[in-house]
Amino acid sequence: MSAGAMSQIGRRGFLKTGAAGAAGLVIGFYLPGRAEASRAPADMNAGAKLNAWMLISPNDAVTIMIDKSEMGQGILTALCMIAAEELDCDWKTIRTEFAPAATEYFNPAFGMQGTGGSSSVRSSWDPMRKAGAAARDMLLQAAAAQWNVDKSACRTENGTIYHDPSKRKLSYGAVAAAASKLLVPQDVPLKDPSTYRIIGKPTKRLDTPDKVNGRAQFGIDARQPGMLYAVVARCPVFGGKVASFDAAKAKAVPGVKSVVQISSGVAVVADNTWSAMQGRRALEIKWDEGANAGANSENISKLFAEQMAKTGAEARKEGDAAAALSAAAQKVEAIYEAPYLAHATMEPINCTADVRADRVDVWAPTQFQTMAQGAAAKICGLKPENAFIHTTYLGGGFGRKAGTDFIIEAVETSKAVGQPVKLTWSREDDTQHDFYRPASYAKLSAGIGADGWPVALTSRIACPSIMEAWFPGSTKNNLDPSSVEGLATLPYSIPNIYVDYVRTEPGIPVGFWRSVGASQNGFFSECFIDELAAAGKKDPYEFRRRLLDKAPRQLGVLQLAAQKAGWDKPLPAGRYRGIAVLEAFQSFGAQVVEISLDRKARTVKVHRVVCAVDVGRVVNPANIVMQSESAVVYGLSSALYGEITIANGRVVQANFNNYPVLRMDAMPTIEVYIVPSEEKPTGAGELSVPPLVPALCNAIYTATGRRIRRLPIRPEDLA
Amino acid sequence: MAIQLNINGKEQSVDVPPNMPLLWVLRDTLGMTGTKFGCGMALCGACTVHIDGEATRSCITPVSSVVGKRILTIEGLSPDRSHPVQRAWIEVDVPQCGYCQSGQIMSASSLLAKNAKPSDAEIDEAMRGNICRCGTYQRIREAVHRAAALQQKASAKLARLGESTGEEDATEAQPVHAGGAA
Repeated sequence: MSAGAMSQIGRRGFLKTGAAGAAGLVIGFYLPGRAEASRAPADMNAGAKLNAWMLISPNDAVTIMIDKSEMGQGILTALCMIAAEELDCDWKTIRTEFAPAATEYFNPAFGMQGTGGSSSVRSSWDPMRKAGAAARDMLLQAAAAQWNVDKSACRTENGTIYHDPSKRKLSYGAVAAAASKLLVPQDVPLKDPSTYRIIGKPTKRLDTPDKVNGRAQFGIDARQPGMLYAVVARCPVFGGKVASFDAAKAKAVPGVKSVVQISSGVAVVADNTWSAMQGRRALEIKWDEGANAGANSENISKLFAEQMAKTGAEARKEGDAAAALSAAAQKVEAIYEAPYLAHATMEPINCTADVRADRVDVWAPTQFQTMAQGAAAKICGLKPENAFIHTTYLGGGFGRKAGTDFIIEAVETSKAVGQPVKLTWSREDDTQHDFYRPASYAKLSAGIGADGWPVALTSRIACPSIMEAWFPGSTKNNLDPSSVEGLATLPYSIPNIYVDYVRTEPGIPVGFWRSVGASQNGFFSECFIDELAAAGKKDPYEFRRRLLDKAPRQLGVLQLAAQKAGWDKPLPAGRYRGIAVLEAFQSFGAQVVEISLDRKARTVKVHRVVCAVDVGRVVNPANIVMQSESAVVYGLSSALYGEITIANGRVVQANFNNYPVLRMDAMPTIEVYIVPSEEKPTGAGELSVPPLVPALCNAIYTATGRRIRRLPIRPEDLA
Repeated sequence: MAIQLNINGKEQSVDVPPNMPLLWVLRDTLGMTGTKFGCGMALCGACTVHIDGEATRSCITPVSSVVGKRILTIEGLSPDRSHPVQRAWIEVDVPQCGYCQSGQIMSASSLLAKNAKPSDAEIDEAMRGNICRCGTYQRIREAVHRAAALQQKASAKLARLGESTGEEDATEAQPVHAGGAA
């Protein structure tokens, strides 16, 4: 989710776009006045509830309700760290549960419950600390009351309350029940960060033990009594529909129980997933392929190119770029293009649903609980509070699992067959029916003065709008901020800048893909800046450094990356490097990528990636390192291999053989360096995807003298 | 028809079609969900189990082909996360989303059973069939080396069985999250 775009929609936008699933729910975030006033989740019986996130049982176990989706980004551990810091509990007593869909868990960045846009730490930082501090205060009050002493004479340490004058102590568990009956105090002072004992310390993930023996429950592992297994046949052409189908052969497959039409296609329901897949293969369907049947990648690219002649929605205007451009000593112009990309989460898309007369239960690896709840309730004609969303671990999310398409399919199928159903997508289903990172096309022009420094830069971007696809009517003046982020936010001191956006809709479903608009616009902008450095005969690092005089945080990560990479030292023969710096989701990242080429085989080997990040105050440094490595790998996969192409309205790629991703033998050494900061914490999950791609392409340029302006990198780029 | 399987040292009888892939027998018929579905074409390694000690992709292995063989899944690797590979994975904090890690661990444990001290290149070769979209490869490499060291220590200890080393080998890591497979 694009943070900029989300803040633009705000509360009103989500109310207005209630069709997305939030209709009927109270929008907003609040700490309930009384702890017990908030709705207790069905499965919450782990102790006395001090607030929406914290329960303490008589045996001192502290249960933290995790209201964000854990999809590998380490948020489960980070939320516990933030809570435990202020609650002052014993780290060893922490337990976790995934929160149900409920208004108290709304993400203030979104106005609904959901995980994305690298917003989790940023949005939970204040509420979680305040909740922890308030809960600690309530425990203190309860102990003081029991001892009949003043609260100010008591202190806490590691899950125990002490009254030093009388040398008495009580564990949190001993007073939690009494504490939970107290009013939740407002404005309890928060700790001075210099006293932090948990936040800022490298901390091991709490979910690791469950992830080394198969115990962790992902959505795809859900099992319910009497459950059947389903797969769905969908029209291979986007927007197509079922014209007619004959289920006879599918029903003849052993294990197949029923075949039912649902809104997205035809569901085959069986007593195991494999039989359902066999049944689907035998199913005979005639499709009405609809308006997109002729779509193909070449035409989409042409459509984008035609848009370059149009004037788009203005995204940024400083000075008079047109005039400065025509007066400039030197002009540089380039067309850049990025393809559609699939998310390819390791856990294929799935959902388990159990529709009853008065309630619907959904077990799903979802990123957007409120939308899942709204979608499930609507299908069943129930109020949202009767749709129970059980969030599981997510085997990767990357934005894909924000969708409600798989929730809808599972709920419709369960409703049709009257039994609990687990829906599983095959890898081919996932690759061919994703909400893709939009393909995008941009024309960049710059004017360079006689001194070699840029005087003007214009960018025109043509691509589909994610925000309009997901939240119709949510953008203003045809400008989707997520379509231009990374280019409209260019931080360099160039006196004349103009950026505009021509919304272009080729009919392929699009969605939020790890780092969203910055993923393609960062490639465009940071490769083009490299072109300008070369045109002005400047070193690409020195060029950026000087132009970042008004962007201290970008400058900070740039200098750190260059220093750690040894930019001022020559590389061994045959090695080349490139650099890039970008802001994404209020965080800052720079990378130096070192490569070598096998010019005969036309392959590139990435040896080393030096990654510098500034994410404000760091909650868990160990996790920042993990997320940065992870994002580098995700970006590297996209640059080297990532391309979804369309032929006859269908996605050509299907599985990891023709949609390859990075494997162990292509893994570079990745070094991560964190800028120390006392700024508000921001996210790291997406930040390091965008700089990798341009830094890599810029490194290849130094080796070949040829610019890469179209992704993925092709053999002909590497000669 | 009833098919006899030896899974994690236990004889089990399942009534499934003989050409049904072992993956789905484990996951759907027996409820052993630690082994994961990822691609269905032996391209990603998420479904890796051991068949007579060999790392094998269960998604393309017909159940009839493993009758009379020893099937080992992630659930049977150790009762208490004490296998050197699991211990190394915990020490190095390898997993992120964790979905591919059952397969990674099964591939790594099969490698170490045959090659007690693999080089980086040998690790790459043995592990390149296991995709991780979170990109944990750097830590996987480190953890395989660590597991090799732990394994060596364990066998050295075994060799001087009876002598007290005073070393604690059992892992302290315990699950904290509610739910989970039994």
